[in-house]
Amino acid sequence: MNLLIVLIKIFLMIAFLMTMAVLLTWVERKQSAVMQDRIGANRADIFGLRLLGLFHPLADAVKLLTKEDFVPPSGERFLHGLAPWIAFTTALAAFAVIPFGPPIHLFGREIPLQVADPPIGILFVFVITGISIYGVVLAGWASGNRYGLLGALRGAAQTISYEVSMGLSIIGLLMVFGSLSPASISEAQGGLLFGFLPRWGVLVQPLAFLVFFTAAVAETKRIPFDLPEGESEIVGFFVEYSGMKFGMMWLGEFVEIVVMAALIAVLFFGGWQVPYLTPAGFAFPGGMMIALPRGLILGMQIAAFLGKVVFFCWLQMLVRWTLPRFRYDQLMRLGWKGLLPLSLLNILITGLVLLIGGT
Amino acid sequence: MKEGGTPQKTLTFLERFYLAEVLKGLWITGAHFFRNLLVHTGRALGVVKKRRGAVTIQYPEERRPIPPGYRARHRLLRREDGSPKCVACMMCPTICPARCIHIRAAESPDPTIEKYPVEFNIVLDRCVMCGLCVEACPVDAIRMDTGVVEMSAYDREEFVTGRDFLMESTPADERAEAEE
Repeated sequence: MNLLIVLIKIFLMIAFLMTMAVLLTWVERKQSAVMQDRIGANRADIFGLRLLGLFHPLADAVKLLTKEDFVPPSGERFLHGLAPWIAFTTALAAFAVIPFGPPIHLFGREIPLQVADPPIGILFVFVITGISIYGVVLAGWASGNRYGLLGALRGAAQTISYEVSMGLSIIGLLMVFGSLSPASISEAQGGLLFGFLPRWGVLVQPLAFLVFFTAAVAETKRIPFDLPEGESEIVGFFVEYSGMKFGMMWLGEFVEIVVMAALIAVLFFGGWQVPYLTPAGFAFPGGMMIALPRGLILGMQIAAFLGKVVFFCWLQMLVRWTLPRFRYDQLMRLGWKGLLPLSLLNILITGLVLLIGGT
Repeated sequence: MKEGGTPQKTLTFLERFYLAEVLKGLWITGAHFFRNLLVHTGRALGVVKKRRGAVTIQYPEERRPIPPGYRARHRLLRREDGSPKCVACMMCPTICPARCIHIRAAESPDPTIEKYPVEFNIVLDRCVMCGLCVEACPVDAIRMDTGVVEMSAYDREEFVTGRDFLMESTPADERAEAEE
């Protein structure tokens, strides 16, 4: 029975991530178009029905599936095939510890709305994103292409550099909430700060949020941090990929965007918490109470989580279509001389505040 | 400052910090996003009429107006009785820099006219659309006012346009009037 529940949750999670990833390919085209006063892809139609270009992901899928799957003769066939799987599955797996709602009680069981809640939850995400570097490196190495290898090296250097500040930036947050489990971090953010502000991570740890968000964008390897890929000119680690293998790399990147958005929402924006919404209903700081039925509260909380995820996907797209790419030295300087000292400073300040003020 | 290159502005402290500038940039693009989204929704609901959410001209359906005097595909003019106005004087093939006009002349049945073209071929894929043939024509028999700018074919032979085809073409403004 427990196994069945977990399987259902895994299925729902993968369905959610894949839908979001596919929709994001559409959002990316349309959002960039709207930002640049254009219309964007709208030509794919089924029986003359265009639906604002929503069929383009479908057309993409057909195209990618029917394209030749090419492995360069100088490449390693096995590793070449393995790399997209690593890139794709690690992106999916990282979402396993993200809680998308409070635990629900169904048929006398308590079912947490997340696939797994290991006590080391956040560490698990970092481990998984650490493994995803292998996808990049293997893709570059197994292609037997010098440009691919160089792109992979840039990718590895970048991901490792930014993972350091990413990991350090949330130490302060973990100190405040005293837990590594995303579920209890979400739970803890339901409280109030000074009696009227929701105790969200971004309000407790604003500096950590800035560092984490920057590092998260760098982790997804998108503009302004797209040096590993640089499709149009510097050529990236997946030059030698075609067809659905390329499609998996590409989809994996979009899944990563969703995962990063979810992670930011969980760590810094209260996860499924709605401000002032307690399990009994709204409790505003003025003492006003609005009682609500349980199902409605649960629905609002899940909707709040999804809304936050969608917002941060949108924000990442906005960043991607606004900023130009960093030069390599600028990238390294920002990572090691900017974000790393800032995250260390953040730990120091948090420690001092906790030491002086108590918790 | 080095000589030659464009002088570089030194960055202020805030600009060196980068974050403020990033936010400014995001503000600009975000404002575009929301304004255009609002206009698009307004147009879809029929509330907004004048403003456009995008500068895009959706080409095959929408077209840019072709300005008068635009040199498009050629046409040959006719006399009142329908015979070609051209007198086969060979001015246009002479001046043509691309040498894409080929005329075969014959004696005209009309005693007042000396010659007329039996064949009048313009090889469109060699034509450079310079309009010199129009300038050179002494009898105003060739014009480039059809407004046809899409010239494509699967075969090079299809680009050789004959006399009758050129005479059947109509000027763009006449077609527009007929449509109205």
